[in-house]
Amino acid sequence: MSRKLDVRALANPSCPAPLASDRVVLAHGAGAGASARLLEACVFPHLDNPWLRERHDGAVLDLGTSRLAFTTDTFVVSPLEFPGGDIGSLAVHGTINDLAMCGARPLALSCAVVLEEGLPLETFERVMRGLAEAARRVDVPVVTGDTKVVERGKGDGIFINTSGVGLVAAGRDLRPGRVAPGDAILVSGPVGCHGAAVLSVREGLAFESEIRSDSEPLHDLVEALLEAVPTMSCLRDPSRGGVAAVLHEIARGAGAEIEFEDARVPVTDAVRSACELLGLDPLSLACEGRLVAFVAESEVGAALESLRSHPKGRAAVRIGTVRTGRPRVVVRTALGTRRLLPLPAGDPLPRIC
Amino acid sequence: MRFVDEYRDPERILRAAAEVKRRATRAWRIMEVCGGQTHTILASGLDQLLEGSVELLHGPGCPVCVTSVETLDRALALAARSDVTLVSFGDMLRVPGSHGDLFGARARGADVRVVYSPLDALELAVKRPQREIVFLAVGFETTAPAVASAIQSARKRDVANFSVLVAHVRVPPALIAIRSSPDCRVDAFLAAGHVCTVMGTSEYEPIARELSLPIVVTGFEPLDLLQGTALAVEQLERGEARVDIQYRRAVRPEGNVHARALVREIFEVVDRPWRGIGVVPGGGLALSPSYADFDAELRFPERAASAPQEPGVCRAGDVLRGALRPPECAAFGRSCTPERPLGAPMVSSEGACAAYFRYRLADVSSEGAP
Repeated sequence: MSRKLDVRALANPSCPAPLASDRVVLAHGAGAGASARLLEACVFPHLDNPWLRERHDGAVLDLGTSRLAFTTDTFVVSPLEFPGGDIGSLAVHGTINDLAMCGARPLALSCAVVLEEGLPLETFERVMRGLAEAARRVDVPVVTGDTKVVERGKGDGIFINTSGVGLVAAGRDLRPGRVAPGDAILVSGPVGCHGAAVLSVREGLAFESEIRSDSEPLHDLVEALLEAVPTMSCLRDPSRGGVAAVLHEIARGAGAEIEFEDARVPVTDAVRSACELLGLDPLSLACEGRLVAFVAESEVGAALESLRSHPKGRAAVRIGTVRTGRPRVVVRTALGTRRLLPLPAGDPLPRIC
Repeated sequence: MRFVDEYRDPERILRAAAEVKRRATRAWRIMEVCGGQTHTILASGLDQLLEGSVELLHGPGCPVCVTSVETLDRALALAARSDVTLVSFGDMLRVPGSHGDLFGARARGADVRVVYSPLDALELAVKRPQREIVFLAVGFETTAPAVASAIQSARKRDVANFSVLVAHVRVPPALIAIRSSPDCRVDAFLAAGHVCTVMGTSEYEPIARELSLPIVVTGFEPLDLLQGTALAVEQLERGEARVDIQYRRAVRPEGNVHARALVREIFEVVDRPWRGIGVVPGGGLALSPSYADFDAELRFPERAASAPQEPGVCRAGDVLRGALRPPECAAFGRSCTPERPLGAPMVSSEGACAAYFRYRLADVSSEGAP
């Protein structure tokens, strides 16, 4: 279905309506099907090139003697501060992680902020302190930036864009197209913590134990993992749309079926409780400090050992396998039944009864 | 998690499924009423476990799905007023009316908001006295007490800028309507546990008796559904027809007496059109005359500009009555998907069409969810 629309969009790059609506709706930004269709319909036809065609978290530019990874991300999280992080540290971790998923050692970041008139300076300073502290911890300088102010009501406090560049060691290639049937699928830890933390603050929900965002830079975890398993097929950072969106993207990109066991996916009790209450699936909630790894069967042991020996990957597990078959994502339940994994249609909506 | 884990325990579930298969000597057709139950059945693959034994039919039990196009069109017309903030539950915002949905209206500049509770809508009215806050109230008897409580509180606090567009529906009359339709295939009902938590079982006793139909008040976890199915099969095999309660951890025969009294005070029973089913006698709640000043229908003159339109190929009505399985509809998965739904059962996370589209390997031909 989406494929049919993509073809039409590519043949006629005049931005056909990607949803029933002829306006941008929030679902276009939720990282799932509607986001992909917006890009396929209104962005890629205008900007088509070999780097964008990879549909990766960043681009890798061949400079002759070295290879440069380049990525950018914009942060609009509300509230600006949440348990386990704030928009500033998130803006560093998100871009560092996109670079890491390209197999790059981060070199430098840029930071552009859009501030809304009336924002307390104290808030701005606190966010910048968080951003600076996060950059210091990963030892990557913010080397350039920009500041704009918009009228009150035209923004939501602060929007931040960060871009990052990094160096990719010779021989490393983690493009989604490399995933092949037979690859195993690993996750580095419990999923959905960031999404659940932000949602529970936004909805004013208090749980017995506070849910903290997993926001964390993964460049060191990835370096160790790629040293142990240089043949790694692909790494993905399950941010918007969560693990569900990653599995769908990879199934489509690899033209293969993905099957995983839902009982194997690690979810903390607190996140599970929040999801039960809000009617959400932890697999569709964003992570900001986890990775999904696709790796040949023969390297699974080495990859898990490497991940588990690092503090950020202690709870790493294998959840499934890529198979020959139609591009779709299949869940094997603990009952032995099989079903499709739904791709969230838009922003997570609470169920009503 | 207590009350969750034990009802999802694979070993107990598999044993319960085997028990249903052992007891059933015929392919009994059992309809679960609530969309939440439909969702559980397909997400866990209970239909796969029972294959070759009983057939599970999916009922109309998603209040979002059965809200009439006319009501949606009226909500859209109200949202278009510059002085109105329209508030509802999240799922409601994506249901298409004749021309677009409330999310689309918001993208065009309407003030449309999502809340988890009608009391939040009332608080919004208190905070923003210069706006007219209209709450689009959907739901079964489950959500009616919270809406009633918000209205009662609005009266006590004298909140003049709060009103409610009432689209509440009542389950028991719909069971009679489904059972009375000429193509009815239902041998027994699994009634919605949460509705009976509020309303109790007294309304269901005469239905079971007069229609000679077993009704089992059932919960929402996989084990609940299999235990409910087993109780229904037991009655069918013995030729009995009464109300059983499987969901004993939440349901008492008398229901929640306080909530029922509140609903009786604020609302009255009216005939109401159910999307896809038609007018169900006694199938809805409206504000009682003494609370008419909170009725958005009376407060605002807005009516839909044109007669409500249902998309022609969509067979939501047949699906909602259990007469058609979602994949048997010509539009299913082709012109109708959760992101571009033609009918409400494809919109709501609890609609039967959406559940089939999301979960069923066998019924989605190309690449699963797009």
